[in-house]
Amino acid sequence: MNGVHDMGGMHGMGSIQYEKNEPVFHEPWEARIFALNRAVRAWRIWTADASRHAVELIPAPEYLRMSYYEQRLHSLVELMIKSGLVSRAEVENGKSAPNSLKATPALTADAVPSMLAKGKPTSREVPVAARFKAGQAVRARNINPTGHTRLPRYARGKLGTIHLDHGVYVFPDTNADSLGENPQHLYSVRFSARELWGEQASSRDAVYLDMWDDYLECA
Amino acid sequence: MYHESWTPKTEFLVHMKADTHDLTQEKERGHGDQTVPSDLTLRVKALESLLAEKGLVDPAALDALIDTYEHKVGPRNGARVVARAWVDPAYKERLLTDATAAISELGYTGEQGEHMMVVANGPKVHNLVVCTLCSCYPWPVLGLPPVWYKSAPYRSRAVIDPRGVLREFGLELAEDVEIHVWDSTAEVRYLVLPERPAGSEKLSEEELAALVTRDAMVGVAKVKLPQAGANL
Repeated sequence: MNGVHDMGGMHGMGSIQYEKNEPVFHEPWEARIFALNRAVRAWRIWTADASRHAVELIPAPEYLRMSYYEQRLHSLVELMIKSGLVSRAEVENGKSAPNSLKATPALTADAVPSMLAKGKPTSREVPVAARFKAGQAVRARNINPTGHTRLPRYARGKLGTIHLDHGVYVFPDTNADSLGENPQHLYSVRFSARELWGEQASSRDAVYLDMWDDYLECA
Repeated sequence: MYHESWTPKTEFLVHMKADTHDLTQEKERGHGDQTVPSDLTLRVKALESLLAEKGLVDPAALDALIDTYEHKVGPRNGARVVARAWVDPAYKERLLTDATAAISELGYTGEQGEHMMVVANGPKVHNLVVCTLCSCYPWPVLGLPPVWYKSAPYRSRAVIDPRGVLREFGLELAEDVEIHVWDSTAEVRYLVLPERPAGSEKLSEEELAALVTRDAMVGVAKVKLPQAGANL
């Protein structure tokens, strides 16, 4: 979706606010919402792509107003309600409703280290042919899907070169929306800064994006 | 948010003077009034109790997750990877060919580092990592990202004005240095292998690791030897 989250190349966002010796979390609630988001991922009810999309669906003015962890609180609640794990009334009252769903096996503390060490790889060992090879000229498709996509606006329609083939990976555009993993080749694609931003950019600089087959066409 | 990027604040260089900067932030965060918990504190507490009551989360697991990222996983891991690459050419080659496997040799694997790529700086190439769409960052080697990395100013500007961004971090690159910006649009996570500083030949691997900063591994700084009186 053409959301405000897709901010590569935007002006007007201000100067970088650097905090020296920044703590991992600034407030205890940030740590709790971080951990809640990780713990519920152990249920595997929704994908990381769905989780990102839930953040993107926060209305733009709210997205910009909220802090990072406030966005994650909002998106977690919406995903849990959508999945039927909690109701909005339960979240508002802070109490479980009679006869509501309980006891989805919760992640336990002793399972945390192995869960984190394993992660959730999104590469797939399936035989899918690559449409492009390293060195080939490609054009990023000009698509404007209303759902989740990882093809930023600033690259759409631009000419690039395949830098390398990462292999076969889950495709986020379908995986975010329960339409399946649709695994396909993922490439690192090099775009010259001038192709993306015009003559004002340095002739030496480049931006590399990771792009799936479905984002690309022959140049 | 405590660093609301769209709120004009003092300039970046002022922020480097941590004390004054932090005091300002404290005031804005309202820490003076500890008796009234914030709305967010209450909302998160209520949510956690609800989920615990329903058996959906175990608060002890939350404690373990927080402890991991506050105390066990952080940029020291990445610094060890970098130092190893500086002293061991064979390791460096493995790191640049199959970063995921080479990093796992040091025991760093998993969540948000399942698929790693390491990009090496050189005299004529400088790499910079960003996630314009959200906040993708290589957790096993760097821990959780700082606020500036997740915020709008860095995400919006790193791809269109990398030289201006680096200047704001105090890093001026010569015109003939190529900047490669890596926008983390998939599940591949990027780590910058900084240049080993000149004059560090006699340092041990451990001493080298102590020089490597988070910022250098994101690409917004270089690794420097400590100078007399410098506040590292």
